[in-house]
Amino acid sequence: MENHLLSIVTFLPVFGAVIIALIPKEKLDIIRWGAAAITGLQLILAIWILYIFDFSTAEVQLQEHYAWIPAFNIEYFMGIDGLSAPMILLTALLSFLAIFTSWNIDKAQKGYFALFLLLDAGMMGVFSSLDFFLFYIFWEVMLLPMYFLIGIWGGPQREYAAIKFFLYTLFGSVLLLLGMLALYFISEPHTFNMLILAEHSSQFGGALLLGMNAGKVIFILLFIGFAIKVPIFPFHTWLPLAHVEAPTAISVILAGVLLKMGTYGFLRISFPVLKDATLWFALPLAILGLINIIYGAMAALAQRDLKKMVAYSSVSHMGFVLLGMAALTPAGMNGAVFQMFNHGTISAMLFMLVGVIYDRAHHRDIEGFGGIAKVVPIYAGVTAMAFFAGLGLPGFSGFISEALCFIGAFPVFTWITIFATIGIVLNAGYFLWAYQRIFMGELNSKYEKLEEINNRELFALIPLAIITFFLGVYPTPMLNLMSSTLNHLVEAVKTAGMVAGL
Amino acid sequence: MNLNQIMTDLSYFIPEMMLTGVLLLVILFDLFQKADTSIRSGYVALGGMVLVTLALIGQDVSTSVGIFSNMLAVDPFGNFLKILVSVGTILVMWMSFNSNELKNRRVGEYYTLLLVLVLGMYFLVSATHLLSIYVSLEMVSIMSYLLSGYLKEQMRSNEASIKYVVFGAFSSGILLYGFSLLYGLTGSADIFEIQAALSAGTATPALMMVILIMILVGFGYKIAAVPFHFWTPDVYEGAPAPITAFLSVGPKAAGFAIIIRFFNVALSSAGNPNMEAWSALSNMDWQAVIGILAILSMTVGNVIALQQSNIKRMLAYSSIAHAGYMLLGVVVADQTGISAVLYYAAVYMLMNLGAFFVAIHIKNAFDTEEIEDYKALGYKAPVLGVIMAIFMFSLTGLPPTGGFVAKFYLFRALIEYGDMYFWLAIIGLINGVVSLYYYMRVVKAMYFGKIELPDTIHHAPLNVTILLCVLALPLLFAWMMGDPLSIYAQNAVQFFIK
Repeated sequence: MENHLLSIVTFLPVFGAVIIALIPKEKLDIIRWGAAAITGLQLILAIWILYIFDFSTAEVQLQEHYAWIPAFNIEYFMGIDGLSAPMILLTALLSFLAIFTSWNIDKAQKGYFALFLLLDAGMMGVFSSLDFFLFYIFWEVMLLPMYFLIGIWGGPQREYAAIKFFLYTLFGSVLLLLGMLALYFISEPHTFNMLILAEHSSQFGGALLLGMNAGKVIFILLFIGFAIKVPIFPFHTWLPLAHVEAPTAISVILAGVLLKMGTYGFLRISFPVLKDATLWFALPLAILGLINIIYGAMAALAQRDLKKMVAYSSVSHMGFVLLGMAALTPAGMNGAVFQMFNHGTISAMLFMLVGVIYDRAHHRDIEGFGGIAKVVPIYAGVTAMAFFAGLGLPGFSGFISEALCFIGAFPVFTWITIFATIGIVLNAGYFLWAYQRIFMGELNSKYEKLEEINNRELFALIPLAIITFFLGVYPTPMLNLMSSTLNHLVEAVKTAGMVAGL
Repeated sequence: MNLNQIMTDLSYFIPEMMLTGVLLLVILFDLFQKADTSIRSGYVALGGMVLVTLALIGQDVSTSVGIFSNMLAVDPFGNFLKILVSVGTILVMWMSFNSNELKNRRVGEYYTLLLVLVLGMYFLVSATHLLSIYVSLEMVSIMSYLLSGYLKEQMRSNEASIKYVVFGAFSSGILLYGFSLLYGLTGSADIFEIQAALSAGTATPALMMVILIMILVGFGYKIAAVPFHFWTPDVYEGAPAPITAFLSVGPKAAGFAIIIRFFNVALSSAGNPNMEAWSALSNMDWQAVIGILAILSMTVGNVIALQQSNIKRMLAYSSIAHAGYMLLGVVVADQTGISAVLYYAAVYMLMNLGAFFVAIHIKNAFDTEEIEDYKALGYKAPVLGVIMAIFMFSLTGLPPTGGFVAKFYLFRALIEYGDMYFWLAIIGLINGVVSLYYYMRVVKAMYFGKIELPDTIHHAPLNVTILLCVLALPLLFAWMMGDPLSIYAQNAVQFFIK
């Protein structure tokens, strides 16, 4: 069984979705608890995977390797290393908790939970596949449930948000497909196996595509595909809309897991396979990271809608990831992946908290509250903690990863890093200002009877809070988990650069 | 040509003779039916069609031969397409039994005409002589005109028929002129001799280009490629819906067959049945011309489809775009390219017939063809909604559906062919993104918006549901790839070469 753990963890939700589809729709509790049980089991398996994972090596572990379509040398190839292991944990954790955030879904619940589980399977598949074709299939399969989840259960502008999300990401995907096929035909022998592609990375610099260096052309194609997912400025315009219109649990998944897929794609495919092009593109990537940090924070500062503010804060936080990985130093790389994980937990908390207040007040206008800390002290406390974690206060995990990104980037991109620190100030600005306007000052008389956060909501929030706090104080376990793989990656890219004389 | 030769040739001609027998039987049988029982003629036609298809599947085509003095070829390529159009015909007949448009009228001749159309397609996919090409093309066309005007008392149907005739006559005139130039140039109407004469290389490129374009007008009209597509939307909207569905897959596949056979055999430098070391004639860059047609068809079809509110018109324009995708494979014109086209044609048949059949059923049950009126269909008729959504996703080309696999094969062939077609692949894939918008409008109408749960759930008749499942299930499992169909399509790329 151990050898099939990744497949089980990936396809368990598909099995769950089929089961849920067979339950009569009146049996609401069975549907909800069924979904919770499936994702709970998945979480236990994910923890078990981490438990048996040997983090002292950069080797790919838990491999499953079968021929799938021999005619095209397509394989069913699953495996994890220090890069994907944290993402698997994050996906399982957020999927489980998001089920509890979905408890209040008030229509067509059966369809909702079935689609949610399919989405879960797609995300797991992306993080565990090591064959590019398989990766692509999972990447695309995720789009369909997401489209329905936003379009049916979302807010007032849901239909527009859903199709915009779908069009943007599909556009990215087709470029990804082109890049994938180009890699396949340039590699000799033709393969979709990411590990073999990475070994043969020198082949791509020499070949020509559209009369240009094939490695660079393919890098750009993949870059656009991944950048739309991250999202990197100027491909970010789908994000505020989709995040705001999606139901709470789906915003959690969008911000917590889906955005990570973009940066994961860079680190899994672009960096190791196209090493020369990576070095060539490192500076632009760092600049884009800077733009994301500053632009995202400024946009967040300007929002009156709390959910939109949190959405833009994601743009800003993902900028740190880009900056960290563009530096191609061990500290920066570890910081980037750690930041991916931390942003996953922190933004999930933030979106859940927005959902809590929206369920009660039915609006999210920051100016429309005021002084509610007196009425809902527990909610105010949890929110304070999440906001502090979001702005990167020492003691929370976000601080460590952002600091690592800066430490890693400073020697390489000194000026960019200096400018990027402005982002930290801006981050603090919008979080604190929003907190002040919502919770402090005169109590808005409309909200004298505001209901306190309930146990179910706390149950979804507290594990995330504990993780954020724990990793803020003692980040070593997580850094140990990823560092072997990431240091190996940095070294491989650098060595290739030295060989090429860059 | 002695009697023995004719007898030998006839032994390769059994499916066609069976089909002729069936259609004569249907005519005779229909004489004894009253108007209200004439549907029985349809059952006879369907039964006969099944037998003919079985005969085709059983036919031994391992050695390609030319029959009747090389007027027709019997080879794996032709056999594949004959089976393809036969299966399409069976499905369309099945759906025709359920069509309200055809209720309460004599339908004996409807099925007879359909069978004649099939016979014409059998000839068209195997024609290897300018005369047999032309005659079979006309046979297909004339039957199509008649069938699209079958709803005699409806203005729209009459308009469809007349428009179709006018465009058809015009383009076949131009085709004939092109043929006559080719004949004058080479002194033969046999495409193998034409190939031999052309590869001697005496013709000037300019003259060859004129001939090429004239021939493409004729063939392009059959597959509804831009700019020969103007008849499509009106004909598709006006014709009886099952015929529209049929026109978008059957004659279109046959049209592709003749394009592939004609260009790859007559206008190539080396005749080789397995397409090894094959190349286009050096003085005639028809691949570039077809590439331009492909870009135009994809783009124009998709952009106009964006604005359609009637589902039949939307599917009509999208079928133009799909013809564009398939032309991409024709451009590649090697083993992978052509097998990709064949695979695409088969998958397209399933998904497009499926989408049309759902539309027909909706028209029967709710009396509407407007996409807007599909509102909440996913809740009113859950099974129908899910199946329609599968067809829409597949038409868009999203994994894991068959539409994706078919597109994957096409673009794989393009990129493998080399650097110069990379742009074509980019344009093609971006067109796929454009098509997402209008296909998703159907899904959006079915599922999004305010959900008001209906009191009663609508169920399609069992036979319609079964038919739709037969079409949808293969699409869902095509991602396993390496599937029998793709292997079959690869083996089918073998032409008869004299």
